[in-house]
Amino acid sequence: MSSRATVGPPKKTASYYLEKIATNYWVRTIAKKLLIVWIVMTLTFFIIRALPGNPVEIMVMSLMDSGLSSEEAYARAASLLRIDLDAPLGKQYLDYMTNLLHGDLGDSYVLAINKPVATLIAQRLPWTLFSVGTSLLISFIIGMFLGTLAAYWRNSFIDHALTNFSAAIESIPNTLTAIVLVLLLGVTWKVVPLNFMRGSLSPGIKPGFTTAFLVDLFKHYAVPGAVYVFSTLGGWMLSMRSSTISTLGEDYVTVARARGLPDLRIITAYVGRNASLPLITGLAISLGFAVGGSILIESIFVYQGIGLLLNQAIAKRDYPVMQGILLVTTITVILSTALADLLYGWLDPRIRVTGGGE
Amino acid sequence: MSKIETAPAPQKRPNEALRTLKLLARNRIGLLGLIIFVLMTFMSLVGPLIVPPETQAHVEQIYQPPSAAHPLGTDFQGREMWKMVIHGGRDVLIVAFLAGILTTLVAVTVGAASAFFGGWVDSLLMSITDMWLTIPRFLLLVVVATLVRLENVWMLALFLAFFGWPGLARQIRSQVLSLKQREYIEAAQLLDLGSAHIIFREMLPNMMSYIVIAMINAMTSAIYSQTGLVFLGVVPFGNNWGVMFSLAYAKNAIYNPNAAASLLVPMGAIILFQISLVMLSRSLEEIFNPRLQRGV
Repeated sequence: MSSRATVGPPKKTASYYLEKIATNYWVRTIAKKLLIVWIVMTLTFFIIRALPGNPVEIMVMSLMDSGLSSEEAYARAASLLRIDLDAPLGKQYLDYMTNLLHGDLGDSYVLAINKPVATLIAQRLPWTLFSVGTSLLISFIIGMFLGTLAAYWRNSFIDHALTNFSAAIESIPNTLTAIVLVLLLGVTWKVVPLNFMRGSLSPGIKPGFTTAFLVDLFKHYAVPGAVYVFSTLGGWMLSMRSSTISTLGEDYVTVARARGLPDLRIITAYVGRNASLPLITGLAISLGFAVGGSILIESIFVYQGIGLLLNQAIAKRDYPVMQGILLVTTITVILSTALADLLYGWLDPRIRVTGGGE
Repeated sequence: MSKIETAPAPQKRPNEALRTLKLLARNRIGLLGLIIFVLMTFMSLVGPLIVPPETQAHVEQIYQPPSAAHPLGTDFQGREMWKMVIHGGRDVLIVAFLAGILTTLVAVTVGAASAFFGGWVDSLLMSITDMWLTIPRFLLLVVVATLVRLENVWMLALFLAFFGWPGLARQIRSQVLSLKQREYIEAAQLLDLGSAHIIFREMLPNMMSYIVIAMINAMTSAIYSQTGLVFLGVVPFGNNWGVMFSLAYAKNAIYNPNAAASLLVPMGAIILFQISLVMLSRSLEEIFNPRLQRGV
């Protein structure tokens, strides 16, 4: 619209458009998310650099452990790690942020010297996304099924058994689940060979669409995947149960019953569909968090994902890698919550995101 | 509790706690949870005063499986597991209690203030809460725990609370929002009784059951995160259940059939305590919110 068009009743000046943009739902949402990313990055930048011990010191210590004198160790570490930690913190921060704006996450200090962090993360992220994603989906489906069962036969023996079991397994730390599974499956019963509980692929297997790769992938995934499923199953079951119970009380379900519709149709089309709405948003949100929560499980199973990488990076004080991973996980969480909002509006036409107000 | 009652008298509260206990005793699962909870708390707090600590290694009896001489077996230094378990509960429990209380305190303050005052207070507090919910908190907790040597239980509890409050704050907010619609709150507002009176005398007593349940749940998640942090080695503590199983795991006790006890006993203690908390909170929920059962 040209600025000369002054005839129309609402005067559309530049400030009108500016205001329109400033109050636009999407603009506000994106601005908020960018603010969160910036806060997380700033926070982690300074926290990480305040950690006791810097990369050089940690490397000197490990070199001295292997028998070098302290001068030799310092000289070796200085030649290996060409990083300048003496620059003022403010300058380091500005440099980091400028690089970040250009999409450059920096190079790794210690773990893979001078390798771009983005490459490192790109190698590891698919493993976490694959293992966590598939397990979440499996546990979600089982949880929905069990939750529906419990809601239909509520106050029966099945219901009590399922709900108490779910509440109990939800409270058991996943570290413990992992150790118990390794102990039972790997050591006591010897169902799964122990080398399938370390790493994410056997040495010598190349990724690709070959049977050998897929079988090996599954074998390494089975136990850590089971841990993820076991530790998230309870939550899905309990929320599906309560969601189904509240849906069962809705008038349209009573009407559907009165109309004499077959039970299966009521369960799937009337109750199931509506009851699973809040859970599907939950699924998107927890996918984002699971990427961050994988640090423990991946450390136990030496699964080559992003959580293990972070653990290694913390141990070696590899600042750019730590920073990069925190950035990636934050962005995953933000994207998945945004996805959840979109999904909800799409699945449930009653709650459409409306423009304008809060 | 009927809706007509306008102001629940504060002096009635001790009786109410007693009444809750009586109701809990009638609920089988709740009673069992309560018994386990009390026994384990008693064991961890009073036990160390009676049983001398195991301070010395006994090289001649490393990794003994459970037997009459060693009821729960021995660990990698030949120490008696049953004595270690008694001494290892105190820190876990204290951190859980403190973190539970602190988390609830922050969540109630933020949630209640947000819902009660509304307007810009509400949008500001909820923006912060949402932001805090979006941050990958466990990872940040790991990084921060490496930075601040969380050597005493207070610091650890404070940190767990600092990272654990936002979800609960949202729940409290929606609770207060729905309470605000009740007749007796409207009546109190019409009587101009003041915000402090309405929040502390009218709303909180009616949310007490909800808050107690939330606190128990916060304790459960405090133990959950604490276990993970100890396992990652970022929380150094002398002796507690988490350290015991992490050390046993680090010493490869998992591959030694004789050493299974040194791994399973502390893990069992954590799991049992967690389950007792869950049983308690679920039974309390059933007692206070019978509609949950009938499923309306």
